[in-house]
Amino acid sequence: MADDTRSIAAVSLAVGHGHRPVVDGVGFALFPGQMLVLIGTNGSGKSTLLKTLTGLLKPQGGDVFVLGERPGSQPARVAYLPQHPVSTYTLPLCVEDIVTMGRFARRGLLGRIDSDDRQVVRESMQRTGADEYAQRPLRDLSGGQQQRAHLAQVLARRSEVLLLDEPTAGLDVAGRRLVADLIAQERALGVTVVMATHEIGDADTADTVMLLAQRVVAQGPPDSALTDAALREVFRFTERH
Amino acid sequence: MRLSLFATCIVAVTCAVAGAFVVLRGLSFVGDALAHGVVPGVAVALLVGFSGVLGAAIGAAVMMAGVGVVNRRFSLSRDTSIGLLFVGMLALGVIIQSRSASFAGDLTAVLFGEVLGVSWSDIVWQGVALVAVVGVAWVCRRPFLLLSVDEGLTATSGFSPRRYGNIMLAMVALTVVASFQTVGTLLVLGMLVAPAATGALFGRRISTVICVAAAVGAVSSYVGLLVSYHADLAAGASIVFVAVLMFCLAAVVIEVGRWLGRRRGIRHPHDHPHVHEHVHG
Repeated sequence: MADDTRSIAAVSLAVGHGHRPVVDGVGFALFPGQMLVLIGTNGSGKSTLLKTLTGLLKPQGGDVFVLGERPGSQPARVAYLPQHPVSTYTLPLCVEDIVTMGRFARRGLLGRIDSDDRQVVRESMQRTGADEYAQRPLRDLSGGQQQRAHLAQVLARRSEVLLLDEPTAGLDVAGRRLVADLIAQERALGVTVVMATHEIGDADTADTVMLLAQRVVAQGPPDSALTDAALREVFRFTERH
Repeated sequence: MRLSLFATCIVAVTCAVAGAFVVLRGLSFVGDALAHGVVPGVAVALLVGFSGVLGAAIGAAVMMAGVGVVNRRFSLSRDTSIGLLFVGMLALGVIIQSRSASFAGDLTAVLFGEVLGVSWSDIVWQGVALVAVVGVAWVCRRPFLLLSVDEGLTATSGFSPRRYGNIMLAMVALTVVASFQTVGTLLVLGMLVAPAATGALFGRRISTVICVAAAVGAVSSYVGLLVSYHADLAAGASIVFVAVLMFCLAAVVIEVGRWLGRRRGIRHPHDHPHVHEHVHG
């Protein structure tokens, strides 16, 4: 894959927890600036696929490469937004410090956080509006404000690949528009985006949409993949399981 | 008395550093389990006649290894594994201790400490432990902070959650082993959690949380020793009780501040019900 320009490539990929596959036969390729949106209900496999791309879960079969390497091997070049970080509602640390954590992947264990890093942190908070409450503790903020802080942390990583697990969940209209704008700005800079979501509207600007229901139900550009039949199957999956 | 105050202040600072991460990461139960896990090790050391500190270290290591094995091999939740090992180790400690001729006295000393019996050699050992704990916390501050937010975030930032989680536990274990002779295994958790929890009420940065915790721990040590001396009370218990009282006092001050803020028409963020823009999707 050394001379490959693809940011992410998956061939016959099987993903799951432990030895239990959740989705198999996944195949796609993304080039710099492209976006793949994974749509499905809870348990459909979209977060599992995303975690496999981050390296948090090992692939159960097939091949997958992120920036030409195995997932998880280039933390400074790949950023991940988890669905909802575990201690969000008890953490006393201020937003600025949470966003600064986005620079840790680049600086490692002992590298100095310098003025350039602090500038990146400030800019990232300004882009999400989190600068308005930079000195307030995370636990005192509403869910939407917390999500903006976590988004700022992801942006502060200045990575080439963004892996976002339901970044718009629970956000109001303004918050959703902000996320869409941020993703568009990042893509314009050549950043590749993979986003998991429940919302069909989030797929409007995607290059590729993948509908999941513990299998790949449909895949392709939004216009061809988001058919009534495919959507019915994806959203009936919840009723059956 | 001065030696005791010096020893408890070293314990207070050591516990402040380790306790800040215990509170941020929600490891209080693990801290409690470690504190009780050292009891059989100390009991064996007392019976056989080797160093109580070495026995405590072995006890803590066995406790953590046991939790890891039960947790991984039998698919039980972490708190179940910890609860199981915690009572098992405590019971084993009491059984071993009951073989001793001076059972009651030894057990009391292990559980509640001997603040007034500390020697310079204890203080030197505690000082070494303090330097080690501060060193580990400083070097590993980034993965430790990431762990307090999310393990997935830690891993995707290039730090192994397992490796740094274990280092954090080893740091807590060292703190417990270094502190139990002064405040006892039952009460060391109080010094780990109460000052750090007070720090977390006020601190917005990890450094502030640690500094407030260290100050609360030191003041608790001084006031606790003073009260125990004049009222003839158990010294270790007095220190920990003062630390918990200081947390309660801090919580009351914060509540009064919020109440005054509401009266002036300033709404505190905590007053907003967390119903809008939640991200639990």
